[in-house]
Amino acid sequence: MALATRTDPERPAQKGPRQRPEPPRKPARRPSLIGSVWRSTVGKKAVMAVTGLVMLAYLAAHMFGNLKIFFGPGEFNHYAHWLRVIGEPALHYEWFLWLVRVALVASVVLHGVAAYQLSRRDLAARPRKYARRRQGASYATRTMRWGGVILGLFVVWHILDLTTLTVNERAEPGHPYQNVVATFSTWYGNTIYIVAMLALGAHIRHGLWSAIQTLGAGRPHRDRALKIASTAVAVVLAGGFISVPIGVMTGVVS
Amino acid sequence: MRLTLRIWRQRGPEQPGAMTAYEIDGISPEMSFLEMLDTLNEELILRGEEPVAFDHDCREGICGACGMVINGQAHGPERTTTCQLHMRHFSDGDTIDVEPWRAAAFPVVKDLVVDRSAFDRIIGSGGFISAPTGSAPDAHATPVPKPVADTAFEHAECIGCGACVAACPNGSAMLFTSAKVVHLNVLPQGQPERESRVLDMVGAMDEEGFGGCTNTGECAVACPKGIPLQSISMMNREFLRASVKGGGRNRG
Repeated sequence: MALATRTDPERPAQKGPRQRPEPPRKPARRPSLIGSVWRSTVGKKAVMAVTGLVMLAYLAAHMFGNLKIFFGPGEFNHYAHWLRVIGEPALHYEWFLWLVRVALVASVVLHGVAAYQLSRRDLAARPRKYARRRQGASYATRTMRWGGVILGLFVVWHILDLTTLTVNERAEPGHPYQNVVATFSTWYGNTIYIVAMLALGAHIRHGLWSAIQTLGAGRPHRDRALKIASTAVAVVLAGGFISVPIGVMTGVVS
Repeated sequence: MRLTLRIWRQRGPEQPGAMTAYEIDGISPEMSFLEMLDTLNEELILRGEEPVAFDHDCREGICGACGMVINGQAHGPERTTTCQLHMRHFSDGDTIDVEPWRAAAFPVVKDLVVDRSAFDRIIGSGGFISAPTGSAPDAHATPVPKPVADTAFEHAECIGCGACVAACPNGSAMLFTSAKVVHLNVLPQGQPERESRVLDMVGAMDEEGFGGCTNTGECAVACPKGIPLQSISMMNREFLRASVKGGGRNRG
């Protein structure tokens, strides 16, 4: 009799009357870990959280590197050159930089695709809007989607401006300090940069806390601390980036 | 109290609906919101009109049957169910908007009544434990630490009213599903299905067409039982843990 209690994994036991006829189960082939995570809304958010944290780590390094501009052209240009020779002689010239770029492009693409797919799904889940709606969520929370699009466009401009130097009129290759000063000597360079960095701060303020929630570390007793920490990271990062154009505008950096 | 009500009227699931205005007088501040609607319906019946259809059952805030969006807030301005919301929270002369839960997964049946059987299917996919039947076990046969019991109870309070879905800008059922998952996954009795439960319930939730979580926190504000937003984080953790462990292997 004991054998009769075993359930056949291929044929699930009847679980009582069902309202919906169950579609015939496909032969039990386990979906891969990556496939099942990507298909689920929870898993896709986890992908967004991890890629977001990768980009955030890069931004932190980028921001601290930028601050070297306050020590003068010699030190800043030397630092920029060092970025290209990290890992030598094990790595070739600029290899480290290209490794970082590949990781960043992968993160941006995964983050964006997941955000697009989840947003489509979210909008479809509420086909008819309410006639009256309570406005509850914070500004940073409500602007995550368009804020993300703005940041994507900014990254394109930023690369054309200071990496490829395509749109930077007075730029010279190999002189990053002078190129930064050239960008922030124009009103539009300052405007685009500062607006984008404020958007970045808002995105990080909600995004960092949200990533921690998504990866499962949120608990009621530490929620306040996590929110304060996310806001602090956002303020420090945005403030650090914005200090460079402010420095150029006030003549501290010239 | 004299009020102007703007109520969503819809004859049937496939019919078009519209906000319809009604004037009502003689409402006492001690009435519950549902008693106010009862008064309106009595008038409508006497005038030979179709009464407003709405869900209700226990009228004491524990069954989760009633639910409507009042002035843009699920269950209205207080943290309670619609049946326990009293007219003293409104002022004489107010205009009150009353709408059904709005979500693709909760189709409108009639007026303010929506079909919430998507929740039943999520529960059916994993919101249970397998326990031997027969005589009740001794209360101390399976020790449960007090903090675990408290966490489980906090989540077991969910009455499945659907206010979280109605309040969420994405029509997401994450708070409901997380309450059910966390309730059983923290208890020793829930351990045998710990991995399959979260994977199956999240899968069932996604299949029903609910949106995803963007951590806006609207659900936890609307929840009449105070399920915390971090329950979603705890479910995310269970989901990622189960995915990494490949816990779906012994599903069913």
